[in-house]
Amino acid sequence: MKWSKLGKIFDPTEHALANNCLGFAQAPQALVMDDRVRVYFSTRERDSVGKYLSHVAFVDFDKTMRNVLDVSRHTVIALGELGCFDEHGIFPVHVVRDGDRILAYTTGWNRKVSVSADASIGLAVSNDNGLTFQKHGQGPVLSASLHEPFLIGDAFVMLREGLYHMWYIYGTEWRKFSDTEPPDRVYKIAHAWSTDAINWHRDGRPIIADRLNAHECQALPTVFQLNGRYHMYFCYRQAHGFRKQSDSAYRLGYAFSKDLVNWERDDSQAGIDVSDDGWDSQMQCYPHTFQLDGKVYMLYNGNEFGRLGFGLAVLND
Amino acid sequence: MLEWKKLGKLFDPRDLSGECWMKEFAQSPSVLVYENFVRVYFCSRQAPTADGQYRSFLSYIDLDRVDLLRILDVCSAPIFGLGACGTFDEFGTNPISVIRDVEEVRVYYAGWTRCESVPFNGAIGVATSRDDGLTFVRVGAGPVLPYSPDEPFLLGSPRIRKFDGRWHLWYVAGKKWLKTGDKPEPVYKIRMASSDDGFNWVKLGVDLIEDVLGVHECQACPDVVFRDGKYHMFFSYRHSHNYKGKAGGYRIGYASSYDMVNWTRKDEVAGMHVSEDGWDSEMVNYPHVFELDGETYMLYQGNEMGRSGIGLAKLHSLQDWAEL
Repeated sequence: MKWSKLGKIFDPTEHALANNCLGFAQAPQALVMDDRVRVYFSTRERDSVGKYLSHVAFVDFDKTMRNVLDVSRHTVIALGELGCFDEHGIFPVHVVRDGDRILAYTTGWNRKVSVSADASIGLAVSNDNGLTFQKHGQGPVLSASLHEPFLIGDAFVMLREGLYHMWYIYGTEWRKFSDTEPPDRVYKIAHAWSTDAINWHRDGRPIIADRLNAHECQALPTVFQLNGRYHMYFCYRQAHGFRKQSDSAYRLGYAFSKDLVNWERDDSQAGIDVSDDGWDSQMQCYPHTFQLDGKVYMLYNGNEFGRLGFGLAVLND
Repeated sequence: MLEWKKLGKLFDPRDLSGECWMKEFAQSPSVLVYENFVRVYFCSRQAPTADGQYRSFLSYIDLDRVDLLRILDVCSAPIFGLGACGTFDEFGTNPISVIRDVEEVRVYYAGWTRCESVPFNGAIGVATSRDDGLTFVRVGAGPVLPYSPDEPFLLGSPRIRKFDGRWHLWYVAGKKWLKTGDKPEPVYKIRMASSDDGFNWVKLGVDLIEDVLGVHECQACPDVVFRDGKYHMFFSYRHSHNYKGKAGGYRIGYASSYDMVNWTRKDEVAGMHVSEDGWDSEMVNYPHVFELDGETYMLYQGNEMGRSGIGLAKLHSLQDWAEL
């Protein structure tokens, strides 16, 4: 694999977004349309207590991916009601076309007391080509279970031979690394499948080998098929110190599979890494791959988890 | 109507002489019958922590099988610890329901976590005992019954049963957090799920019991027995607000069903009412009905949701339950 970086293509601070959102365009996700590519992302507002709420927004590019046509100025998916799993934010959102409708798998956040937050995966459906979405219930479609106790999120869904495949993450541990700091989360990538996009069967095991150590955090898998193989990109980091130390921060990982079941991790084949300087020099995270006009593209975030936007890379032939 | 003879208060941790980890509350009684004694599992609390909050732990007392008002033993330490940091049961386990299954004893319990916008959330967990009910170990760190699109929060009040070789779980699911008043108050309704192994559940997905106090009625603790060809459910219900005193507090309701799915509510059949005075004069709730040596009993908790302890009643009326 070898990727050519096309640079940062969207800066949220240059646009007026709904819900008083200021900055952050995280976890970009593409939906290819006839005349444009709609890129959904999560942006943030500060609430009355000064904490962030993540909201879903989108930006439309022309098919060169160089020119912004428009940004969303409405609430694309409303946050949840009092006490619901997605009351305090939706981040990331993943969209997938399913016949005439668009499915959005949301990672909903709610704040807690002993740890900062918990997350579950919800479903919202669009019947107007991705402009607005209606939630499938107030609760999640995938949430904590016996052996996946918390922090269920980061869904990526692919339809293959009548089955919906979902790659997602689940939390394994809230770990105290120091007496003075709050606990840090650890999470891993897993797989589930469904026949109806709503009820999911979990494989019940982590599918990507750790590279750093047992506390490695793995996030936001994205999968595409090319040349007889399935390719997965994701991001991974140390569980502690990842915000400020570049060498502990998110990097892009890579794994491949022939059967969607067994994955071999080989980051040396990823073909993309942090830049020497600039917007993606400290970290790279939240990759999303998609195919457009015969090419494979990757959207991703750089420094500060995407505070100042996202960039694009293209896979070399 | 069923007629119960109240046998009095069975246990209140505040009555204990000497040092005990239990300080207040005996909630959600559930029995396991042994050869010579009856073990009553319940939830009790230590003194509140520095922030004034309580945590509930699984506890038990053993009653003499031939004289149920005689306590043979009191659990000397919590028999099941709370969950790890960030898990669904980090701040309490209550209510509980215990069942014997071949070589093991299982407890299904509601775990409690604390949230920012609402005071708490609940989910249902399971733990098993390999020492005949003395100690329990979690099957997993997470809940056994996940939240779902139409059951978004507050899963709790589990009652586990096995009928005809299949596992059934009656429980409650939160519908809404009401914003009126000083703090949010939840509304929850009785539901059920079924399973082949007690771990993988298929939810029925409907509210089983019609409301009598309006759409904001809270329903809890659906205790189900099978007798004379019908399923009989004893449960608790209350208003969503001002429920801590006599006027709006929990009462015991009743419903029956032939298929476990369609239920007919007839609260007057329950026959269990608050007393004129004393420990159960404001509230009777969290009923648990069981048969023992030819008699039928009801365990229940009294005032202040069980702060004043649990009591026992014995069925007075001999009648065909098919007629209820």
